[in-house]
Amino acid sequence: MQSFEYANPATVQEAVGLLSAKWGEADVLAGGTDLISLMKDHLHTPKRVVNIKNIKELEGIQKTAAGIRIGALVTMDELAKNADVKASAKSLSDAAAAIPSPQIRHMGTVGGDLCQRPRCWYYRQGFGLLAMKDGKSLVPDGANQYHAIFGSGPAYFVSASSLGPALIALGAKIKLVSAKGPREVAAASFFVSPANETSREIALHPDEILTEILIPPATVKSATYEVRQKEALDWPLATASVTLTMRGNTVASAKVVLGHVAAKPWDSAEAAKAITGKAITADTAEAAGKAAVASASPLSQNAYKVTLARVAVKRALLEAAKQKA
Amino acid sequence: MANTPDYSWPPMADRKIIGKSFKRLDGQAKASGRAKYTSDLKMKDMLYAAYVLCPHGHARVTSIDTSAAEKVKGVQAVHVIAPAGTEVQWHGKEIAAVAATTEEIAREAIRMVKVDYEVMPHFVNEQDLGKAGSRGKAAGEKVTGDPEKAFQEAEAVSDGVYGIPVITHSCLEPHGCVIQWQGDQVMAWPSTQFVTGWANTLAPNLKVPAANIKVKMDYIGGGFGSKFSPGAWAEVGAILSQKAGGRPVKIYLDRVAEQTIAGNRPSAFGKIKIAGKKDGTITAWQSDTWASGGFAGGGQPPLPYVYNNIPNTRLNHTSISVNAGPSQAWRAPNNQQASFLTCSAIEDFAAKAGCDPMDVFNKNAGYTPRAEQYQYQLAKAAELSEWKKLWKPRDQRTGTMRRGLGIGVNAWAGNGHGCTARLTINSDGSVVLEMGTQDLGTGTRTIMTQVAAETLGLQMGQVKLVIGDNSLPPGGSSGGSTTVGGVSAATRKAGVNALGKLYEAAAPALGVQPEELEAVDGQIRVKSNHAKNMTWVAACKKIGPAGKISETGVNETRNPMGLFSGGAAGVQVADVSVDIETGLVKINRFVAVQDCGLVINPKLAESQVIGAIIMGISTALYEERIMDNATGRMMNPDLEFYKLAGIKDIGDIVVHMDIREVNDKRGVIGLGEPPAIGICAAVGNAVANAIGKRVPYMPMTPMHVLNALEGRNA
Repeated sequence: MQSFEYANPATVQEAVGLLSAKWGEADVLAGGTDLISLMKDHLHTPKRVVNIKNIKELEGIQKTAAGIRIGALVTMDELAKNADVKASAKSLSDAAAAIPSPQIRHMGTVGGDLCQRPRCWYYRQGFGLLAMKDGKSLVPDGANQYHAIFGSGPAYFVSASSLGPALIALGAKIKLVSAKGPREVAAASFFVSPANETSREIALHPDEILTEILIPPATVKSATYEVRQKEALDWPLATASVTLTMRGNTVASAKVVLGHVAAKPWDSAEAAKAITGKAITADTAEAAGKAAVASASPLSQNAYKVTLARVAVKRALLEAAKQKA
Repeated sequence: MANTPDYSWPPMADRKIIGKSFKRLDGQAKASGRAKYTSDLKMKDMLYAAYVLCPHGHARVTSIDTSAAEKVKGVQAVHVIAPAGTEVQWHGKEIAAVAATTEEIAREAIRMVKVDYEVMPHFVNEQDLGKAGSRGKAAGEKVTGDPEKAFQEAEAVSDGVYGIPVITHSCLEPHGCVIQWQGDQVMAWPSTQFVTGWANTLAPNLKVPAANIKVKMDYIGGGFGSKFSPGAWAEVGAILSQKAGGRPVKIYLDRVAEQTIAGNRPSAFGKIKIAGKKDGTITAWQSDTWASGGFAGGGQPPLPYVYNNIPNTRLNHTSISVNAGPSQAWRAPNNQQASFLTCSAIEDFAAKAGCDPMDVFNKNAGYTPRAEQYQYQLAKAAELSEWKKLWKPRDQRTGTMRRGLGIGVNAWAGNGHGCTARLTINSDGSVVLEMGTQDLGTGTRTIMTQVAAETLGLQMGQVKLVIGDNSLPPGGSSGGSTTVGGVSAATRKAGVNALGKLYEAAAPALGVQPEELEAVDGQIRVKSNHAKNMTWVAACKKIGPAGKISETGVNETRNPMGLFSGGAAGVQVADVSVDIETGLVKINRFVAVQDCGLVINPKLAESQVIGAIIMGISTALYEERIMDNATGRMMNPDLEFYKLAGIKDIGDIVVHMDIREVNDKRGVIGLGEPPAIGICAAVGNAVANAIGKRVPYMPMTPMHVLNALEGRNA
């Protein structure tokens, strides 16, 4: 790990003043479940580490008329156990609870989940975010069993965020603060598929801190279904998060977002369209699953993930249908 | 010449300590963290070493410059392992090493070592034999009987492809040691399976007399076959220590090094055909197999496994060299692969013949070396797994979650190794048992103490045990499941020998001849008249002016004297559920029936089997070294994508130790390896039974299962 300056601000104001306009100068430390290993592997070599754990205003979950506000420092465990979140954003609660490692659930934060770097083994072994060699990505002909099945490059890693798909499906907003002031972005615009090696996979600027998430009030059914191999520490192979607004037994509108299948959470308008106007049955859910993967373009080793994505959508819809609206 | 004393084990009914389930003596120390493994050691002035590893699958070092690293504050020694011109054949190969005052400084310093490489072509994946070209070396064809004719006359023939990948050693405690080299004296604290012989392997490399190398180890965090030799790291650590003026150096592999160079279980792939009759009788076997254990190739599994007397066989094997780290013995080398290939093919033959595989394994037991034993165990495993109730033929399962049952078998020699125990009885009654052996976590401490206590008629707490030091009487290497047979026989002999001397000292006071005495329940008493006795302590007071009796017991591998033998057998049944939409495999229950002769401690024996099953399920469901054709690197040299099972992934484990008089009479037989052998076989067969199709390649991941279900396998 390269030596760094350690800052311990008590307010957001103070914290953003310690950041830099350029990536690589400063890193924000919350739970540390990703940053520490990135630093040990010299993938991040910040000159300054800004610890935000002492900033009280970043804590807590509140339910107001404007919706549910979730502070960036809320741990995955707190999120999974919160009654308000369980009641009105079940898909988000499920996504947090599904993280199998107790260490990550208790140390990892909501902000950290959204800002963590990809787990792609080419990236983690120092081949860069896009794993380019001689102008060509190593991934399509390489070891790609855990890589993207959507998006056709140049980024083939999968977004590692557990909460991203649920937040997008719920129409959440994410608050980002810099020294110039706050701004809000839709969760759907927060994740980006980077076009080149020097861009990031999130819309956060290097001089900003993610401070909170706002889930708008709505009467919806929602669910997240995760296909993960192990019960112990492991990453999902594919997930699907759905949010449904019902009219009687019929889906009035739907959002279907897949996780771990592309460089960003994959918002499937096709799946949403397939289920809209229909009652949820095994057949309509299956059809929506098929629609979700119709445009998938798997790599040499990961055709199986197309099946997993299809099944995750089907099962998330059937799970959501079981809920009381 | 004196008569050979009677060393034989007491009859089953008379045993007071042997055969009882005492708790592991070091259990509390380990569970509480008080037990210090070598990797826990911290010493005054100790330096920490770190490695520069080759980042390429195949390359030549063109230049290496360590000057910047040498200037880093805190760096005390730098050693170049692969100077310019060296050709390196795998990712992870050691290039240079640094020792510094902290681990952090050492890690920073290795980044300052500038190495230039000429990258060369690599070949890293052996799954497709057709691509191996000149990297493959064929062993000659072996034919027995008339396979041609047997296949022509067969009523049923199975024809399958099977593959089991390279998996890495992932011991909780990585490989390494603390080592200090001052002048011509070396002191070492290794993590090893062979305390007694460790120095002798290292000595010629350092050009130091083995007599000058002191070795000490209290606890080891797993070995499984990968920690016999000192490893290249011991030598490098010693050189760094010497260069740093004789300060102790702690050299431990990090997970990347551990996964790339500390050793692996070779792969095995095969196209296998079995011929037989509609009633399930097997008549012929044909296998074309290939395997790789790294750059040196290797790894020919003994086929057909256990059922090795099939009359008509044709075998071909190709050893493939890949640019990847070397193999190391992995809990029953070659046997896991052999069991997987054989049992998978037998299961597929049973399906082809329209038979219940339990019947096929049973019907053909005549081909095994111990037909009655396997038949007994098959029946027991069928009972414990509720085979008759739960097993259904392939394709008779419906629904999304499909249950399946499958069989795996094992066989292992496990004869006791040569070793020497020294037992000392002091005139105050205290007893110490010594041997330069090691407890790998298998319970060696506990069972040695049990044997000594039983022999002397004492309680467990009355025997002090000292192991883990190469100045003690020689122990053997803990490999091949040879430890329990060796140490128990040597301890028994040392105990009987020492007791003989104690009888001589005590006999006059009781007015009898020494051979009329026995040691039972803390007394020395006359066999024919128990009322004539004295306490253990009173008897020990009679020990002469030396104040102690110290006798050795030597186990000789060629003269078991009924104390140990070889030939363990086991049958296992996996009961799984497969989600056919996701390919996820869950273990419902795993049943193991295992014999290992005379069982000194049933609880520890069961624990060994449970450990083997946990390890085996991890390999059957998750573990796989993933090599990248694009870069020639191992892509998962970590414990994140090199997946290990957690406790919730294991399911229920049912162990039946086959403790019967007929087995007990065979003496003590090693147990470490046999129960680890047939697990991939059983799980793979259970999955095939559940989904109605063979999943050719281990591990049983969603990728492999869905590829099979969706027809993506060639």
